[in-house]
Amino acid sequence: MTTTYRLSGVQHVYGERCVVDIAHLSILEGEILGIVGPSGAGKSTLLRLLNFLETPTIGHIEYRGSAYDGDVPLSVRREVTTVFQRPMLLRRSVSANIRIAQRIRGGASGDALIDQWLDRLGLADLTDAPIRTLSAGEAQRVALARALVVEPSVLLLDEPTGNLDPYNVGLIEHMVRSDTDRRGMTTVVVTHDPFQAKRLADRTALMISGRVVEIGETEQFFTDPKQPETRAFLRGDLVY
Amino acid sequence: METLARGFGEAVQLLLEFEPALLEIVGLTLQVTLIALAIALVLGIPIGAALGLARRIPGRSVLVPLIYTGMGLPPVVVGLFTYLLLSNQGPMGSLEWLFTPSGMIVAQTIIALPLVVGLTMAAVQAVDPDLPVQMRALGATRRQIALTTLVESRIGVTAAVVAAYGSIISEVGAVMLVGGNIEGETRVLTTAIVLETRKGNFALALALGIILLALAFITNFVFYRLQLRQGGP
Repeated sequence: MTTTYRLSGVQHVYGERCVVDIAHLSILEGEILGIVGPSGAGKSTLLRLLNFLETPTIGHIEYRGSAYDGDVPLSVRREVTTVFQRPMLLRRSVSANIRIAQRIRGGASGDALIDQWLDRLGLADLTDAPIRTLSAGEAQRVALARALVVEPSVLLLDEPTGNLDPYNVGLIEHMVRSDTDRRGMTTVVVTHDPFQAKRLADRTALMISGRVVEIGETEQFFTDPKQPETRAFLRGDLVY
Repeated sequence: METLARGFGEAVQLLLEFEPALLEIVGLTLQVTLIALAIALVLGIPIGAALGLARRIPGRSVLVPLIYTGMGLPPVVVGLFTYLLLSNQGPMGSLEWLFTPSGMIVAQTIIALPLVVGLTMAAVQAVDPDLPVQMRALGATRRQIALTTLVESRIGVTAAVVAAYGSIISEVGAVMLVGGNIEGETRVLTTAIVLETRKGNFALALALGIILLALAFITNFVFYRLQLRQGGP
């Protein structure tokens, strides 16, 4: 299996605090990688590095065989996108929020495609609804539709279902799984909730204090964890 | 109360009669105000947006307080400054704009510009700071991020337009000094009101005041409808 990302000796420092410290990490093409861990473990920062929103202080991130230490070409940046925990939608209609992603990437404004995504995510009746009228779950589904409508090669999800009800969680997880399988997209999902990783991910990693403590096939990760920190985390002990 | 009622009646009568002198004053008022506003918007919105987006530009710590000071400039001081600028001995004297509508436009632009810059900057700064990050994560260029942020702050930018328009259409000190209130040439509603009040023609002055208020109201009503369409309050 080919790798989408290969991280080597990556450290990322804010002030004097090293928030990401990863000696080696490979993210495979077409997989869903779940990253679990406590708050402040560096999970979100890792996603920002993977989306080229920040450059690592030390080390290299190789993306599809090429390392980018400075400016990342726009075409490469546009292969990747992130859905954040807070959906960050524009004060416009639902359809306009999805259309903006197409416009940014210079693609044709495909209303049929937008309608298709709205339908898939159960938002068909809300096409022209102003964003301020949506529930949290609906808003997050719009954010997911905005990310998927441009068919990214890599989808990064930062706590995509935090504070959402089971219906919305199920809908979002189903859509992520089916689109990953359908297009061979690489997906990285950061979550506080280990059960989400268990349901969704092909492989799961535990991050603590910026380091990847353990990574493995999801089933093995949950049934036969190798590291004491992983066992403690899965038991529900406080690890940090 | 009687004077007010008479003033209102006279205003209606003046409007219905399409009095050419009045129409000329109204026309010049709108012409000067709208041209000055347009110039202030063309210059001020990009400057305000740039200041709102780029928090680390050199000299910002001096520039921003200067703009805030400019937002409260006394119009009569602006009038004096513009007068000296346009007078024969002034650096722009060769333009011969003193006591012309062009000179009045210069003065009103100077009044409106800091308001547009300051309020646009505040509107852009009020946009969620995570929005540019999300736009970048979607693959936006810097220009696309700037434009999206500006569009997102449109309700605040509309407020900047309203504030600038209100400040210059009702302004009297600067246009009086720079325009000279010359009948048929530089007389606008505010300077005409001052003149008619001094002459004791209170009813006519009131009538002109009502027309001025009506112009301000109609324009602000349109802006408010625009804000509503943009999802504003």
